[in-house]
Amino acid sequence: MKFLHKNVSETQIRLKDRLWLYIFSYIVLFLLIVPSLVVIPMSFSASQYLEFPPKEWSLRWYENYFFSWKVENGFNDWMQATWTSVKVAVLTIFVAVPVGTMAAYGLVNGNSRISKMLFPIFISPMMVPSILVAIGLFYFFVQLKLVGSVLGLVLGHSLVAMPLVLIIVFSALKNYDMNQEKVARSLGATRFRAFREITLPQIKFSLVSSALIAFLTSFDEVIISLFVAGGDNSTITRSMFLALRDQIDPTIAAISTILIIISSGLLIIMQVTGAKENKR
Amino acid sequence: MSGIIAEKLNEQGLQRVASKERLTFFGLTLPYLLIVVALIIIPVGWLFYLSFIGRDGSFSFENYERMTKSRAYIRIFITTFKISILTTLICAVIGYPLSYFMSQLSRKWANICMIGVLIPFWTSLLVRTYAWLVLLQKKGLLNNIAIDIGLISEPIKFVHNTTGTLIGMVHIMLPFLILPLYANMRSIDRDCLKAASSLGATPTRAFWTVFFPLSVPGLLAGLLIVFVLCLGFYVTPAILGGGRVIMAAMKISSNIELYFSWGAASALGVVLLIVTSVILFIASKLVSMDQLGNRSAK
Repeated sequence: MKFLHKNVSETQIRLKDRLWLYIFSYIVLFLLIVPSLVVIPMSFSASQYLEFPPKEWSLRWYENYFFSWKVENGFNDWMQATWTSVKVAVLTIFVAVPVGTMAAYGLVNGNSRISKMLFPIFISPMMVPSILVAIGLFYFFVQLKLVGSVLGLVLGHSLVAMPLVLIIVFSALKNYDMNQEKVARSLGATRFRAFREITLPQIKFSLVSSALIAFLTSFDEVIISLFVAGGDNSTITRSMFLALRDQIDPTIAAISTILIIISSGLLIIMQVTGAKENKR
Repeated sequence: MSGIIAEKLNEQGLQRVASKERLTFFGLTLPYLLIVVALIIIPVGWLFYLSFIGRDGSFSFENYERMTKSRAYIRIFITTFKISILTTLICAVIGYPLSYFMSQLSRKWANICMIGVLIPFWTSLLVRTYAWLVLLQKKGLLNNIAIDIGLISEPIKFVHNTTGTLIGMVHIMLPFLILPLYANMRSIDRDCLKAASSLGATPTRAFWTVFFPLSVPGLLAGLLIVFVLCLGFYVTPAILGGGRVIMAAMKISSNIELYFSWGAASALGVVLLIVTSVILFIASKLVSMDQLGNRSAK
């Protein structure tokens, strides 16, 4: 047990003196990760009731998710909702990433006083409580007849995704030497060409990760969808929320499992591209 | 003579180019500005206006008066603050040691632990809330285990009450506290601790007089972010609270969905916005704004 007496910090604290910290930390990390994973075995249960561990296994909840085309209570059409979510999330990338990138470029290069003034306004969608954003949008979209439309959802989701894009691209451009563009322009390139051929390749990975984040933000968004989506255009999160509030349907465990796989997949892609960018 | 004129003209030309440049840069931010103004500033401004419109359609303070008089509203305010403060404190008590632990590890191991913090961060809020519902309910995993090992004889009700709401909210908010705190702790110069111990401080004393004060900005940023997010939280309390824990956001939503009472909902929303803004304003005085932004985006 000699290792317990090893010094583990600058202040000569010994391992045995803070064994509690190690144990505590591992327990917390365990509790952070594992609870979400219980839905995976649950989703393969044959029982209608939630029991853990499941007594019998089946794929019926996946079947229910993939093949439930009939509308039962107005929100059971899972595939339709999934399709809307995917559509909206992809379109959100195409709004949030260009708009956010342009703004970041403008803020980095523009007058620093104006930039300082604009920055808090630009990240306000993140600061204003989302319930307020949601009912504000709802009220506004009722007048414009955008409630229940894909356009309304894309606009709402872009609003919350844009600040994230802005922050990521902004910090990437801050670390980038803008003089490289000046060199290109002194050699006769237009500003746009200089951006496209010199700057863009160098901030590519930040753009990719901001696109992934925009996708995930839209895909996971609940509150705005709850108010703005409706009719044929319910999103998957809205349907899940309504189903959760009213009854416990094990189909949700199956959907949750799929969502966990999607978000872990995106996280891994992001870590890998991030690591690549750090290496450069 | 002509040289001076040429120089002057050149200078004017450059200035014109420079101001044109600035205009271009400002122009690039316009689409963003337009979306934010159209979708946040105008709608929220509208709600602000609606909050001063009474039932009969005329200007009045009745929506705000109701809030100070009605018992239901006072109870909602108390619940909202109680849950938010408790969640924030529990997050601090759990998150501080964990961040400290991670900051002491080598980069490689810290990054591995960081995945543990990031996975829940990226997992859908609904999925995590649902998972807790599965775990904590009467016939859930936790009760089953506790009964099997003979800890309890009757299942305990963990969900559809304050306990369940707190467990779910702490789980969801913890990464928001850990990320800024960990970043801050990483940046603390370890040599300060060495200096303290070489001057005779015990490890405990070195921690409390050197390390802890240096970690306060990160802790504060994390605490404020968590508190503000808790104040406006809707999804988790709505599901894990089972209708028994009513927070401000839920009241706003039910005012609209059930009672179509825009005035009352707006007034509550305005109060929520003001409280949030005041806290964020204080936060921005304590830690720089874009740091806050950076942190919550990670």
